[in-house]
Amino acid sequence: MTNLGSDLREEFSEVPLKSRAWKFNAAAIVGIPLAAILFQVYVPRFFMYLSYLELPLLVTVYFSLMRRSPVAGVFFGAGIGLAQDALSPPNPLGMFGIVKTLVGYFAASASLRFDVENPMIRLVLGFFFFFFHQFFYWVLAHALLSETVDFDLERTLVVAVLNAMVAVPLYHILDKLRVAA
Amino acid sequence: MELLLNRYRNLTVLVIAIVAQLALLAYQVKGNGEVRLIRVWAVSAVTPLARLIEGSRSNISRFFTDYFVLLDVRDENKRMRAELERTKLDNQYLQTELATADRARSLAIFQQQSPSKTVAAHVIGNSTAVTSKVVIVDRGTNSGIEKGMAVITPDGIVGKVTGAYPTASYVLLITDPTFAAGVISQKNRVHGTLKGQGYSTAMVDYVQNEERLETGEWFYTSGDDRIFPKGLPVGEATVVRPGKSHKEIYVTPSGLQNGLEEVLIIVQGVHAPIPDSRPSSQDVHLMAPPPGEGSSDPAPAVSGTFTTDADRLTDHYRKIGEAEKHVYGGHSPGAPNYNIDLDAVSSKAAVSPKAPVSPKDTVSPKEAINPKAPVSPKPVVSPKPADPKPPSPPPAIEPLAAPPAANP
Repeated sequence: MTNLGSDLREEFSEVPLKSRAWKFNAAAIVGIPLAAILFQVYVPRFFMYLSYLELPLLVTVYFSLMRRSPVAGVFFGAGIGLAQDALSPPNPLGMFGIVKTLVGYFAASASLRFDVENPMIRLVLGFFFFFFHQFFYWVLAHALLSETVDFDLERTLVVAVLNAMVAVPLYHILDKLRVAA
Repeated sequence: MELLLNRYRNLTVLVIAIVAQLALLAYQVKGNGEVRLIRVWAVSAVTPLARLIEGSRSNISRFFTDYFVLLDVRDENKRMRAELERTKLDNQYLQTELATADRARSLAIFQQQSPSKTVAAHVIGNSTAVTSKVVIVDRGTNSGIEKGMAVITPDGIVGKVTGAYPTASYVLLITDPTFAAGVISQKNRVHGTLKGQGYSTAMVDYVQNEERLETGEWFYTSGDDRIFPKGLPVGEATVVRPGKSHKEIYVTPSGLQNGLEEVLIIVQGVHAPIPDSRPSSQDVHLMAPPPGEGSSDPAPAVSGTFTTDADRLTDHYRKIGEAEKHVYGGHSPGAPNYNIDLDAVSSKAAVSPKAPVSPKDTVSPKEAINPKAPVSPKPVVSPKPADPKPPSPPPAIEPLAAPPAANP
């Protein structure tokens, strides 16, 4: 009984998933978010139809999912969000930071519950976190800045699907850069 | 407390991060503060990479743009070359057409001015025999062409009809060895017989060595052969030298010098005098007379219609009389000054606005193209002064532009 209970605990506890956390070298941790932000800043200048991609968010979600640590997710999200804020001059610093901090936290928390290696899970998480990101940003803009930002639900859902579809192959590529913790 | 923090470590970190950012946000919103340092760091961190990416992008873009531009340039070059070739061909064709139209107009003017009745014809072929100089023209007996008729161009004689058929005729060129025609030199009135040589020049035979003849002298048809009317230009003597029994005179036929595409067949010849001036060979064509100047124009007071020395002398005396205001046979005292320089008087009258200008002293453009003038081998304006002084000196035309009546 004790063994069974131990097995069950082992099976359902955080430990096994936690033990499957991944690490990244410093260049990847700095370079990938930077590349994502640069993509966000420059690519839509030439390819307008790519402006719907929220690569910094996808990268935040990916790192949080892979690290499987909410604290790490908080730092990833805050760092990437603040960098994005810093390169979006009209926006005050902190808007993307707060939203992505929450995303990082919840993504890391979700990674402790789900098998984030599964592409379908990644697709759903990508969709969910994009929608959450947009919605929460809209809430913050309303609540903190009193900005009247439009929130088009249908469009947001469609763009969320598109981002989720991009997230799956992107995560597959980024998987090549990780190393087991 | 420590246990609590350890238990909710993740949440605590999250709350701290959120609160910190909210504080930052509040600081910016409420205090209108600018967090310049963070932005500077972010921009400084991103700019070199962005510049690198932008440089690479622009270089790659430029490379591909140039590449495709060069591809386009190559295609365009090819296309434009083809177009240029087409344009050259078109240009050549149009030039040929223009020359043809020019010749046709020249031929028409000449035909109109010629006292002989002529029929225009196109050369449509050559004889199949290699040695013979025979061409086929597109006029035949249906057009009134008969064997033995003379064939000319505005530049000179071409040959004679040796065979006439309903729709075409054979023309024996003057360069054919079997061709012969009576000719007379312009200056010394030396008679001879023009004979073809089989090539581009012809020779004038049967001119005695004692006869006086100069190189460059023009030959005209004499009318002795009863084929060519008298007075048609034949060509210029390029070689004149004594021979065994007769002079060796070689003539460059003027009628064949400018190609042979359109000719005139003389169906009813009229003899004309041998002109005093050498035929003009310049290719500046005269315009047709302008419309509106009909036959009501005063008769030209030029000496172009005079054919004998007596006519010229009469005209000269008439001009002297006009210049001196002397009426021959009238009651004018004394005699006019016969040594007066008529050119000086006429130019002075043209320059002086107060001087009355006689209509007869002025020469209208119509008069310059006098259809009644002796047959010119080609209706062209010669820049060289003709042997008798040209009938229309430029100053005499000036009063037309500024009529004296307008000047009080």
